[in-house]
Amino acid sequence: MSEPLSPLWEVFVRARNGLAHRHVGSVHAADAAMALQAARDVYTRRDEGVSLWVVPSAAITASDPADAAAWFEPASAKPYRHPSFYEVPDEVGHM
Amino acid sequence: MDPALFDHVLGLADDALVLGHRLSEWCGRAPLLEEELALGNIALDLIGTARGLYQYAGDEDALAYLRDAGAYRNLLLVEQPNGDFAVTIARQFLYEAFAAPFWRAMTGSTDAALAGIAAAAAGQAAYHLRHSGDWLIRLGDGTAESHRRAQDALDGLWMFTGEMFEPPAAPLLAAGIAIDPARLRPEWDATVDRVLAEATLARPPSGWMQSGGRRGRHSEHLGYLLAEMQFLQRAYPGLAW
Repeated sequence: MSEPLSPLWEVFVRARNGLAHRHVGSVHAADAAMALQAARDVYTRRDEGVSLWVVPSAAITASDPADAAAWFEPASAKPYRHPSFYEVPDEVGHM
Repeated sequence: MDPALFDHVLGLADDALVLGHRLSEWCGRAPLLEEELALGNIALDLIGTARGLYQYAGDEDALAYLRDAGAYRNLLLVEQPNGDFAVTIARQFLYEAFAAPFWRAMTGSTDAALAGIAAAAAGQAAYHLRHSGDWLIRLGDGTAESHRRAQDALDGLWMFTGEMFEPPAAPLLAAGIAIDPARLRPEWDATVDRVLAEATLARPPSGWMQSGGRRGRHSEHLGYLLAEMQFLQRAYPGLAW
């Protein structure tokens, strides 16, 4: 691989104004400007967005998959954290 | 259609089609997956522009597939072979540095069809120029090998750049249908000088310039390109899929 010459960049696309940028994939590029162009050419060919972010993949600190049980499973047993246990008065209508 | 206008539209269409076809030859061969898609996108933009122009001039399939090299009116620059990646990028940059201001100016054409095609092409050309310019800077200001290849590419293609500035027929200029490309020269010079400076590449000396594409006098390369592009329609006339 030509990793040192063209590092990996994560690509985020904003579909339209008002929405958040969403992660859509990654590109290889020599620098930020080229990464942005590559992202444009790879991920917005079908009118997917109005704004692009690229972030060096190396800048992302990720959780360790081995920690998944300790980190995330406790939350699966706490459905009361979803705001779905309230009686909504009829007068409120659609929320 | 007026013969002078037909000839002018055909020249612009042939530029776009031949350059688009050249870029399509990179399919499956580009140095990076990302660049494969970028070159394909640009090729499709150019072929889209060509289609609009051919449809305005007449039967687009007949014009694209049933004319031989001598009837093609494209610039010699765009038919030059892809060479290495540096040649492809230098060829694209030299053309788009002209095409971007050209299409922008053509949006003011008194011919509504041409002005409409120009509006779409102008935005695309601006992006193509940025893409090829940025690559040329990285190749020129990259490694010793990429610098040498980029300089060789520029030196080899330079003699084909003068043809872009040859004026179209006088009546088209007088009617405001076409523009005099000579007035785009200062912007082309400025763009080329700015990018070459950043790329640490030397501007080749302005010397003798090749000419003839607009009159159907082409380099040998165009015949091979057309032979491949036109094969299906020549072998199976009227074939559709």
